[in-house]
Amino acid sequence: MLRFILKRSLIAILTLWAISSVTFFVFFALPANPAETMCGKNCDVRTIAAIQKNLGMDKPLPKQYLDYHAGLFVGRDFERQGREAQHCPAPCLAYSFRTNEPVTSIIGRAWPVTASIVVGGAVIWLTVGISLGMFSALRRGTVFDKTAIAFSLVGASMPIYVFAILLLATFVFGLHLLPYPHFVGLLEDPVGWVKALILPWFALAFIFAAQYARLSRSQMLETLSEDYIRTARAIGLSKRTVHLKHAFRAAITPIVTIAGIDIGGALGGAVITETIFGLQGMGWYAVRAIPNLNFPVIMATVLVAAFFLVAANVIVDCLYAVIDPRVKLN
Amino acid sequence: MTTPQTAHGGAYLQVRDLRVQFSTEDGVVRAVDGVSFSVDRGQTLGIVGESGSGKSVSSLAVLGLHDPKKSRISGEILVNGRNVVGLDDNELRKLRGRDVAMIFQDPLSSLHPYYTIGKQIVAAYRIHHPNASKSLARKHAIDMLGRVGIPQPAKRIDGYPHEFSGGMRQRAMIAMALVNDPDLLIADEPTTALDVTVQAQILDLIEDLQRDFNAAVILITHDLGVVSQIADDVLVMYAGRVAEYGSAEQVLRQAQHPYTWGLLASVPSLHGDADEDLKPIKGNPPSLINVPPGCAFHPRCRYAMLNGGPCDIEVPQLLPLLATHEPGHTVACHLPERQRKSIYEQDIAAVGVAI
Amino acid sequence: MTNLVVPQQAAAATRTRPPGEPLLKVEGLVKHFPVRSGLFGAKQHVRAVDGIDFTVDPGETLGVVGESGCGKTTTGRMLVRLLEPTSGKITFEGRDITHMNRSSLRPLRQDMQIIFQDPYSSLNPRHTVGRIVAMPLSVNGIEPAGGVKKRVQELLEIVGLNPEHYNRYPHEFSGGQRQRIGVARALALKPKMIVADEPVSALDVSIQAQVINLLRDLQREFNLAFVFIAHDLAVVRHFCERIAVMYLGKIVEVGSRQQIYEQPSHPYTKALLSAVPDVTKLGASLGRIRLEGDVPTPINPPSGCRFRTRCWKAQDLCAQVEPPLDPKPNGSIAACHFPEVGPLR
Repeated sequence: MLRFILKRSLIAILTLWAISSVTFFVFFALPANPAETMCGKNCDVRTIAAIQKNLGMDKPLPKQYLDYHAGLFVGRDFERQGREAQHCPAPCLAYSFRTNEPVTSIIGRAWPVTASIVVGGAVIWLTVGISLGMFSALRRGTVFDKTAIAFSLVGASMPIYVFAILLLATFVFGLHLLPYPHFVGLLEDPVGWVKALILPWFALAFIFAAQYARLSRSQMLETLSEDYIRTARAIGLSKRTVHLKHAFRAAITPIVTIAGIDIGGALGGAVITETIFGLQGMGWYAVRAIPNLNFPVIMATVLVAAFFLVAANVIVDCLYAVIDPRVKLN
Repeated sequence: MTTPQTAHGGAYLQVRDLRVQFSTEDGVVRAVDGVSFSVDRGQTLGIVGESGSGKSVSSLAVLGLHDPKKSRISGEILVNGRNVVGLDDNELRKLRGRDVAMIFQDPLSSLHPYYTIGKQIVAAYRIHHPNASKSLARKHAIDMLGRVGIPQPAKRIDGYPHEFSGGMRQRAMIAMALVNDPDLLIADEPTTALDVTVQAQILDLIEDLQRDFNAAVILITHDLGVVSQIADDVLVMYAGRVAEYGSAEQVLRQAQHPYTWGLLASVPSLHGDADEDLKPIKGNPPSLINVPPGCAFHPRCRYAMLNGGPCDIEVPQLLPLLATHEPGHTVACHLPERQRKSIYEQDIAAVGVAI
Repeated sequence: MTNLVVPQQAAAATRTRPPGEPLLKVEGLVKHFPVRSGLFGAKQHVRAVDGIDFTVDPGETLGVVGESGCGKTTTGRMLVRLLEPTSGKITFEGRDITHMNRSSLRPLRQDMQIIFQDPYSSLNPRHTVGRIVAMPLSVNGIEPAGGVKKRVQELLEIVGLNPEHYNRYPHEFSGGQRQRIGVARALALKPKMIVADEPVSALDVSIQAQVINLLRDLQREFNLAFVFIAHDLAVVRHFCERIAVMYLGKIVEVGSRQQIYEQPSHPYTKALLSAVPDVTKLGASLGRIRLEGDVPTPINPPSGCRFRTRCWKAQDLCAQVEPPLDPKPNGSIAACHFPEVGPLR
């Protein structure tokens, strides 16, 4: 187990490094100059050069690459025109091209927003999706089952923004039950946290829940037709025990894998949900950084997203070995 | 050897005119269509048939394991005198595993991959002994594993099914089936997935345990060789109906049904002339949605319509033999008994299959 | 008297081979699969096939029997180069094909075909029967006289299928018919040899006999050589003239049908035969040989004779010295220090 985790962590670090390198070079290979974008309408060559120097873009590419990665681990100094050099402590993700704010502090502000959305959303989509799928499998062919299938079809085909607008129109503008979604810290005001974020949760959960319902249903149906389920019935166990202890545990295994990766992926930024509700999470920043060529922010969001995805993979693999004794970790 | 006739009196399991139908999108599947048999404690009934003959469906009906929403079951299944057809699931549950236990073809897929062997046996025990402590149940499970010939049972009990070999897994499955000391053991193709030397071990084990537990055993198989080894009575099924029923001696040595003949002649054997061609049954088993009219076997039967007979119109009844005086031997065939006898002597026994 | 009989019978075993080059020659064939076991486990090897030799003459039927894990399927797959041998040599028609590359293998594939156990999974469900059977022709760019369709219909007829079912899909056929489709496909290129891996074990009893008879007819008609891999000794007896018995990656006995089935030399062969349930004998497991336990793991096979852990005749010598495959008094070639003498039972 320990050996496995060490090995996987090493691979994870290599993966992150590869991703950051690819992003780095792709960005610089683009035929666009962020300095020009920032310079605005009344621009001359001197201003651009000054901005470039400020951004650290006047140095040769390999040097920038090394500086960037050194910054991640040991911190680095930024030259500032006319002022003394600015020290950026590790893990240094550089400064936003736009606001000159350290990217780490942007992430520190944005990530709790994303995490709040994803955690709440995941709780809803997992409970709703899995229970809907499992129950409809157990009641195959009934009205309940058919309704659930219809729901998952609608969920899969309805764009999230349509659903989000429906939610807003109903609960915020129509019934005035909820405030317009915004971010409230969980520790400051737990009730407010729920109230302010419940609509984004449902919006995010809707599509996932539909997907998970479909997946759980088919997994459960497959498991129910397994020979060992017949054996469990043949030794006299009740349907309830067979379904809960024998079928559910086997059916849930592949769902754990997918859930881990979905949650990991979403933690890097729930782009659409954040954008629709104007919540300033990772996705929101990433979407704004791209047209501005705000390289440090793009780079940071990519890295954070990759980190969670890779971490989720490792966790899922470990969980898998705990759930399924046939899996050996090596 | 008890003949089925004497067994019919108060046999532990009596199945009468059992019918099992499933409705599917393509039509009604008549999986079992009027089957009767019985088996008493200490006896082994072999049910022989090819895939789709209804042999497994019948046995699952004894345990009430068909989904009542998808199947229609009629007839009587008397377990120790009590009819279990139509009992609700709670009543059936008390029966399953305690009075009637079952082992299946593939022990790997029949055991839950996530639970240890011990856990599964303990669960099987405690469901019928709710007051038994976990440690007592575990002790019981270890005893059982030892009894079915698993070496170091106290250690192996904590192993998972995938850590066992095929033969050991089937032994564990048998231990699980016998942990509640059932009166009837149904073994559905218990050796089909196993190697021949392991098959021999498992058949011996079933025989030994039957003696110790004095249980009734139903052995379902497609392999006449397996049946000949441990069955007292043999029931030959074709397309959901009984073709022939009698003692092993009667069915395997003096077979009366052309389908039984076909099976006997088509099985490659270790004796006789190997250069001689096998004598297969022509054609394929029928679809159970569209069973041929009359005798279901008639399209494949070499002797059908010999007398212009009603083979293609009338379903033959399962009738006892009269002329030969073989009590308990029943056959469902339109051929006159005398003619069957002479065909058997000339065509079948002469091949040297079942002398 | 006995002294005279022994060498004569040994000579008979070698004489069964007609003069001339064998079609297929296998020497010291080995296949090891690497595995890692345990947490910090070192790399180990599953010794699936561990040095086997045999030959197949043109038109000859060689049966390879043994229990699961004995290496028979691995052997079959190496013969048609679906698996790469670890070491050893396979010679087909005098050419070394052991490590031949894909393009050089192409003509070989025409001469050597394989039939699999499972007729359900070895046919592409989305292709018509016509397309499946024609596949070997189209892959090899062969345009038979009279056209592909005519040849395919001819093949379907040969294997006893209705040629008009050319446009049907595999799911419209029964198990036995699907296996016939597999056979038709194997015959498309007029091979000289067919490797049949458990071709009838997935079929119903009444259908098994149909397929065995079909293969026998084809074998005679086209003078096909067969390597017939099966666990069912009775089936092999009806199909093969010569039989090789495998145990844990080694051949333990080779002989003619009569030698193997009537007077086996190796105790393992004897035990295998004894374990086959016999319709002609009701009840009475008396006098049968019962092997104890399971086949040992091929990762770490027993020293000396691999069968010794389950053999009732084993002595100290068996653990120390691996018995060579050589002629035995009963006529076959066997690897045993204490061979059986005299007819079975």
